[in-house]
Amino acid sequence: MSKSYRDGLPISPEKFVDQLMRLKRGSIGRRDFLGLTGLGIATAVMAREIGIMPTPAFAAESLGDRMSIATWPNYHDPQTFENFKKDTGVAVEVNVFGSNEEMLAKLQAGASGWSLFVPTNYTISTYKKLGIIEPLDMAKLPNFDGTQEDPRFTAEGTIDKVTYAVPKNWGTTGFAVNTKKLAKPMTSWKEFWDTAMAEGDGRTMVHDYQLTTIGNALKYYGYSFNSLKQDELAKAEALLLKVKPHLFAVSSDYQPGMRAGDAWMTMCWTNDGAQLHRDIPEIAYVLGKEGGEIWTDFYAIPKDAPNKPAGYALLNYLMNPQVAVKEHLANGAPSTDARVNKLLPKEVLDNPILYPAADLLTPLEFGAAATLTDPGRAELMARFKSA
Amino acid sequence: MHGNKFRHNFLTALLLAPATAWLVVFLVLPFIAIAVFSVGERAPEGGYQAAFTFAQYANLPARATAFWNTMLLAPVGALACLLVAYPVAYYLALRAPARWRLILLALVVIPFWTSLLMRTYAWMYVLGGRGIPALLAYIGFEDVRLINTPGAVLLGIVYGYLPLMILPIYVSLERLDRRLLEASADLGATPLSTFLGVTLKLSLPGVMTGFSLVMILLLGEYLIPTLLGGGKVFFIGNALVDLFLQSRNWPFGSAIAITLVLVSVVVLIAANRISTRVSGARRVDLI
Repeated sequence: MSKSYRDGLPISPEKFVDQLMRLKRGSIGRRDFLGLTGLGIATAVMAREIGIMPTPAFAAESLGDRMSIATWPNYHDPQTFENFKKDTGVAVEVNVFGSNEEMLAKLQAGASGWSLFVPTNYTISTYKKLGIIEPLDMAKLPNFDGTQEDPRFTAEGTIDKVTYAVPKNWGTTGFAVNTKKLAKPMTSWKEFWDTAMAEGDGRTMVHDYQLTTIGNALKYYGYSFNSLKQDELAKAEALLLKVKPHLFAVSSDYQPGMRAGDAWMTMCWTNDGAQLHRDIPEIAYVLGKEGGEIWTDFYAIPKDAPNKPAGYALLNYLMNPQVAVKEHLANGAPSTDARVNKLLPKEVLDNPILYPAADLLTPLEFGAAATLTDPGRAELMARFKSA
Repeated sequence: MHGNKFRHNFLTALLLAPATAWLVVFLVLPFIAIAVFSVGERAPEGGYQAAFTFAQYANLPARATAFWNTMLLAPVGALACLLVAYPVAYYLALRAPARWRLILLALVVIPFWTSLLMRTYAWMYVLGGRGIPALLAYIGFEDVRLINTPGAVLLGIVYGYLPLMILPIYVSLERLDRRLLEASADLGATPLSTFLGVTLKLSLPGVMTGFSLVMILLLGEYLIPTLLGGGKVFFIGNALVDLFLQSRNWPFGSAIAITLVLVSVVVLIAANRISTRVSGARRVDLI
C-alpha cells in the first residue's frame, strides 16, 4: 500500500469536519478534549513521574514507557494501541505515512525513531540490501505461527531463509466506480482507460504513484504490471498522455472526491474500496481481468530502532489472532493468517472486495523491487504529471 | 570616545548575534548542504552519493514544464492578489472609520492563525460536490464541477496570500500625507487623476513589496495546485516533493532547489529596480 503524502496528515478531512461539527454541537469526548488541550499527554507524563500509574514490570527486559510506529492512515484499530499501553505501560506514538518511498527516504536519512514500521512486500529486499532492517529474532514472537500463513503472501518477508518481516495483511489494486454515474458494467483496465476518455471525462482519478498508474496503463495492452521494457513503457506513456487532459485528478487521496460525487471512477486499493462500498453501496470495486497488482504489507523493525524490546513486544502483541481480528475489522483489508480468518465473521469472508474469486486473483502480480526503484519509471511519471 | 565606540559596536554585535546565528543555522548551512548535494550523484538505491559533476544542472531542461508553469503561476497569482488587495487596503487606510480600522485589520490577519493547509482543505469541501455544487443542484444546475479547475487554484491562491498583499499596501497608504490629496484637489485635479498621480504613485513601494513577497512564496507553492487543482499541473514545488520523496533523486532535487533560489533572487532584484525607478529614491528593503 502506498499513498500520497497527503494521507500522512494528522487528521483526514472527513474526520476534521466530523470533529468540527461535533464541537459545534457542543459535544466533545473526553479523549478529544484531553487530546486537543494537550492535557492527556500532560496527565500521562505526570502520572508516570509521580508514580500514580506504575509501569507493570514486564518479563526480563525493560520496555521503557514509549515507542513509535510508522504505518499507513486508517490502518489500525486505535483501541489496539490503547490496550497495549494498558498491558505493558508503553505508549505508542503513531506516525502516519503516505508512501513506501517516503518511509524509505526517512529510514535512509537515519534516526527515524521508529521501533516498528509497516513496509510493503517489494521494499523489503531493498531494506535488507541497504542494511537498515533487523533480521527478526523469532524467539521473541511466540504469537507468530508461520505454518498458518499463506506463503503466497508472506514469501517476500524472508530472504535467504532469514525472516526480516512478518505479514500484516494483503490486498489488491483495482478501481472503484460510481455505478449510478457510470452504469455500464466494467471488468477490465481497458474499459477503465477508455471510459476515462469518454463517459468518465473529467471525472476519473489515477494514483499519484508510478507503480500503480504506470502498471495499470501497461495492463491496457496486456503487458506485465512490472514491465521495465522500453517499448512497452513507451506505449503506456503514450496512453497516459492521451488520458491526461480527461482526468479529474492525479492523486492517491481519492476517497473525498469519490464520496462527494465529484469523481466517478478511480484507481483504488482493497481497504479503501471496502470502506467506500460499505458507506456508499453504489460504489463498486472492480479488478481488471487483465491482471494488475496484489500486495502484502508487513511489519519490520529498523536496525536503529531506539526501543527494540518494545518493538518486539508490540509486534508479538499484533500477531495474537484475537488482536489481529479486531485490526482487520477496523481496516477492512484481508488477513494472511488462517487463525485470523477462522475468527472473522462470515460476511467479511464472503465479501468479494476483500476475497475476490480465484480467476481474478490468478493474473495479479506482486510489485517488484526493481519496479519501485527504477529511475526510468520515476521520470516517466514526472513527464506524465508535467504534461 | 574610543572606548564608547567600541562599546557601541560590541553592543550592536551582541544584539545582532541571535539573528545572525538564526540565519547561519537555518539559511546558510542548509543552503551549503543543498549546494553540495546538487553536484553529487543519485545513489543506486536512491538518495545521495558524493561526486563532483554538473550533470544535474545539465538535466534541468527535463523539468522545463515545471519551471514554465511556475513562472506563469507566480506573477498571475500575485497579480490576482493585487487586484483584490488594493481596494481593500485603500478602504482600510483612507476610508474606513478610525474606530473600525483595528477590527477590520484584525479580520484580515486572523485567518493567518489557522494553517493554510486546513483552510485549503476547507475550500476543498466548499468547492467539492457536497459544497456549492450541491446548492447549485438544489436550484436545478446538475453536475457542476468547481473543484480541480484553474479557477479553483486561482481562488485558493488569492484567498491564501491576500493578507500578505494587503498589509504592505495598507502601510504605505496609511503613511500617505493627506495634505497632498487636498493640495491635488485644490490645484484642480479630478479624483481619478489624484488617485493615479498621488495615491497610487506613493503606494507603489507597498505594492512592489506585496507583489514580490507573494510572488516569491508562489515560486515554491505546490499545495494549493495539488489540493484545489487535482495535481494535474506540475510546479517546481511538486517536482521537488517528487524528487525527494518519490524517486529519491536528491542531487537533482537539490539542483532544482538551487536554481529556484537563484530565480527568486533575480525576481527580488528586478522588483527592487522597478520599484526604485517608479517611485524615485524609495527602495523595497527586502534584500
